[in-house]
Amino acid sequence: MDRILIRNGRVIDPSQAIDRVTNLLLAEGRIAAYDVPPEAAAEVVVDASGKIVAPGLIDMHVHLREPGFEEDETIASGTAAALAGGFTSVACMPNTDPPVDTQAAVEFIHGQAQRADNCNVYAIACVSKNREGKELAEIGQLVKAGAVAFSDDGAPIGDTELMRRAFEYCLMFDKPLLNHAEIRELTQSGVMHEGLISMILGLPGIPAAAEDVMVSRDIALAEATGGRLHICHVSTSNSVDALRRAKSRGVRVTAEATPHHFTLTDECLRSFDSNFKINPPLRGQEHVDALITGLADGTIDVIASDHAPHAKEKKMRELDQAPFGCVGLETTLGLVIRRLIEPGHLDWPAALAKMTINPARILGIPKGTLKIGADADVTIIDPAARWKVDPAQFRSKSCNTPFAGMELTGRAEMVIVGGRIKYRRS
Amino acid sequence: MACAEIDLGEVPGFWKRRHLLTLEELTAEEITLILDKASIFRQAITEGQRKFSLLAGKTCVNLFFENSTRTRNSFALAARRLGADMLDFSASTSSLSKGETLIDTAKNIEAMGVDAMIVRHSTPGTPKLLADNLNCSVINAGDGPHEHPTQGLLDILTMRQRFGRIEGLTVALVGDIAHSRTARSNIWGLKKLGAHVIVCGPSTLVSVRWRELGVETSYSLDDILPRVDVLNLLRIQFERQSRRPFPSVREYALLYAMDNRRLARTKPHILILAPGPINRGVEVTPDVADGPQSAILDQVTNGVAVRMAVLWLLLGNR
Repeated sequence: MDRILIRNGRVIDPSQAIDRVTNLLLAEGRIAAYDVPPEAAAEVVVDASGKIVAPGLIDMHVHLREPGFEEDETIASGTAAALAGGFTSVACMPNTDPPVDTQAAVEFIHGQAQRADNCNVYAIACVSKNREGKELAEIGQLVKAGAVAFSDDGAPIGDTELMRRAFEYCLMFDKPLLNHAEIRELTQSGVMHEGLISMILGLPGIPAAAEDVMVSRDIALAEATGGRLHICHVSTSNSVDALRRAKSRGVRVTAEATPHHFTLTDECLRSFDSNFKINPPLRGQEHVDALITGLADGTIDVIASDHAPHAKEKKMRELDQAPFGCVGLETTLGLVIRRLIEPGHLDWPAALAKMTINPARILGIPKGTLKIGADADVTIIDPAARWKVDPAQFRSKSCNTPFAGMELTGRAEMVIVGGRIKYRRS
Repeated sequence: MACAEIDLGEVPGFWKRRHLLTLEELTAEEITLILDKASIFRQAITEGQRKFSLLAGKTCVNLFFENSTRTRNSFALAARRLGADMLDFSASTSSLSKGETLIDTAKNIEAMGVDAMIVRHSTPGTPKLLADNLNCSVINAGDGPHEHPTQGLLDILTMRQRFGRIEGLTVALVGDIAHSRTARSNIWGLKKLGAHVIVCGPSTLVSVRWRELGVETSYSLDDILPRVDVLNLLRIQFERQSRRPFPSVREYALLYAMDNRRLARTKPHILILAPGPINRGVEVTPDVADGPQSAILDQVTNGVAVRMAVLWLLLGNR
């Protein structure tokens, strides 16, 4: 395998507290050496002057839709979108058809990812059989097949006793439960955040309390069982408060926020554009502010896209019939820079930690680091590139983005996976 | 029958609308313009002039995905009185039951040569979805609990006829505010024209957030009765409620039904409106609904005049 010398880049690796300009050598698919002379022997030399050299980015919450919904996305198209967004690893949610609740399903995902040969794909498997929320899936067998975490995402685990049992059972395997926190009885036919805007528009609302109550329940159960809890796509200020308090008590809880939740508000729904129909819904400004505070003070560990592709014909419907969700893999990095780094809420190392070492630790995967000997997964970022979101340019099969036309700053210039250059911006 | 002549006067330059989707987006001047033209049509109707050729050669279509008697027939009559052709589209007999999407259905109908599509749908925003995807004019005839602009306009026209003005009036909307598109269109229209609006009903159906828009909220009809000029009694929308928001219809009627006992405590000039259909005995007792203060049938007549004005302003004035 070619040696790659990345010259003169600003190497930021939060896992080692490194942030300095240096020459980094990749060899035999691994991180080989720092501070090598600029003329060191290498088959490929990359000039990274003015660029940021980061551990390959990880998105721990994506929907690749395969098997079952190949009209929305495939593992091949989704991982191509991941590369274009700067990601070298993604963890995909199991709400496919059939859902990922068997060893065979996990192996199918790994197989498809291998054939696509884009980025690394980690499978998150169902907590419950057939994702029905009734009895536990064969978690031990799923772990054996390589599942890194468990979730019924798309739906919450509503049955409190099942959730408690899942926490206890996962203790054996040291795997986290990723819950989509929502009390379904409170959301029902809701299509947007419940507030002034939903009242004006006459649209059924999804109250913040539907998330608050579930987050509090899950924290109580994690605390009682000693289990590992990860809250997906946190969207409310009370959730952030509850997480902050739980962490200060030592509860094993982590959380993620999405770029759309820390960027957009329910005002967007005034357009009735179904690309803004997302679950959890875009909330009010006070919630956006709370998420940014939570990201800044470390309460929220991870930034994840919740990449949720839907074919155009599904989204071009009456608002109540259009499915929830938006794509995100190709806009996440630009939004992190634009919304969090540029205004000074997070510095580069803090922001990158939430997209590298933090998700790697939660999922227990040997990624997200530039330590010598680690897999040579590297993302080279142009932090100053100005660009406009154009859904026609997406590599994802779907273009349901709420950010079309938005001006963003910064994007991945080159993505290296296992020592091979898998993406280079042309 | 020969077509009558009518002098509708000038249309000011500020009127540029192609669609009527909400009263929220209209200015006070635009609302007043529609009301003024509607008054002219109303006068002509009263004088027996019922047929005009103002929209001869135009085609309007009713695209109704929810039940309607009044609004549907009112639009059809308004279009025909203006000389337009009227197509009536029924959702149950359409291709929608064969799986065609709404936008495809609408585009197919438009391709038949349609100038205006009058849309009723249970989902808020659907008329806007069509307006964004079609070239013809789109008129919102009620989109779920969102808006029903011509209903708001005809209610306001009825008030203006009675009082000669809207500014300074105190208007109470009573009942199922949460699920009422009529409430929302009334609120926007009335606020823009300077009325004081109270929304009144059980706390499960009256959000305090209305205060953020300068609307007064009340849970007690008896408290507000002595100071209102207009009562607009909204129907309880049982079909939009997943779980009944009050313990029983009986309890609701005891708290909010407009009956003779309550009528006795109102101002003598009180005007009582109901957008209909009404649940007699729930929102209003029959003696009040049919009494001299009630303008329920006047509203229906004004409905035709308002829809003539809207169709003419959107289609005839270009």
